[in-house]
Amino acid sequence: MNGPHDLGGQMGFGPVAPEKDEPYFHAEWEKRALGVTLTAGAMGAWNIDESRHARESLHPADYYASSYYEIWIKALETLLKRHNFVTENDFKAGDAVDPAATPKRVLRAENVPATLAKGGPCDRPVEGPARFSLGQRVRTKNFHPTGHTRLPRYARGKEGVIDAVRDGFVFPDSNAPGQGENPQRVYTVVFSGGELWGEGADSALEVSIDAWESYLEPA
Amino acid sequence: MAARVRALETILTRKGLIDPEAIDVIVDTYETKVGPRNGARVVARAWSDPEFADWLKRDATAAIASLGYSGRQGEHMQAVFNTAETHNLVVCTLCSCYPWSVLGLPPVWYKAPPYRSRAVIDPRGVLQEFGLTLAANKKIRVWDSTAELRYLVVPQRPADTDGWSEDKLAELVTRDSMIGTALAREAA
Repeated sequence: MNGPHDLGGQMGFGPVAPEKDEPYFHAEWEKRALGVTLTAGAMGAWNIDESRHARESLHPADYYASSYYEIWIKALETLLKRHNFVTENDFKAGDAVDPAATPKRVLRAENVPATLAKGGPCDRPVEGPARFSLGQRVRTKNFHPTGHTRLPRYARGKEGVIDAVRDGFVFPDSNAPGQGENPQRVYTVVFSGGELWGEGADSALEVSIDAWESYLEPA
Repeated sequence: MAARVRALETILTRKGLIDPEAIDVIVDTYETKVGPRNGARVVARAWSDPEFADWLKRDATAAIASLGYSGRQGEHMQAVFNTAETHNLVVCTLCSCYPWSVLGLPPVWYKAPPYRSRAVIDPRGVLQEFGLTLAANKKIRVWDSTAELRYLVVPQRPADTDGWSEDKLAELVTRDSMIGTALAREAA
């Protein structure tokens, strides 16, 4: 979707503000927000693509007014309601009022190290040869799906070069709405600054994205 | 927001859906165990050992795992090496993708709109805000982490560090130098 999250090339947000010796957390609640997000995700009711889509589906005004942990929590509330773990009644009461769906699993403290160490690999075997080869010129599709996609707007309809042929990976566009992993090969595609930004672009700039095969056509 | 998160944790805990002690372990992990020290060890090894550097170039996930760093948001790693000609910069314009296993949790600016919007269109301007001015003819390669690959920048080894131990070299490798918003520290 052409949502507020798709920020590449947007203007008006002002300078970057690096913080010297930045702490990992700026408030106690941020620690709990990280932990609640990870432990709730570990229930296995939704995948990372659905959670990303929940975040980018926040109203743009809300998205831009929120810190990243705030975005996480707002999206988490949506996911918990959608999957019947928490109801509006629960939120109103600030307590467990209604019964909840049964999770696939509950992440216990003793299992956290192993779970974090394992991570969630998204590579999947794909059959058949790669459609594109190293050095080949390709053009990204110009599309505007209303659902989740990982092809950013600034890189749509642009001509670039295959810089790396990667493994097969879960396809986010179908995985986010629960339509299956449908793995596809991923390619690193590199574009010149001029191709992306036109007049006045930095001539010594190259930008690459990682693109699923169906985002690409031969140039 | 503090009250909202507390309420959420309470609801989920009372329903038996989460274990609050698991949250404590997660927080402790990312406050004390997983951070940019990990990435600095990887870079220092690459500077010291050409064979390791070569492995890191070919198969970063395996090379990094050999030092004990793997797992969440580091499942599929790619190391990109700065050279005399090219400076690398990593961003996630769509969300906040970041190599947790080697750099830990991302800083606020990495997740915020100013960096995410401008890193791909005006990287030189962004770098200047970090106090880094690159020569006009230095190429910049920006890596937008739009899939599940996570990028680690290997900065150039600073001059006058011949014979330094890996521990000493690792001290020169900052978090920002592994994102690409800084160079490695100079030898004091």
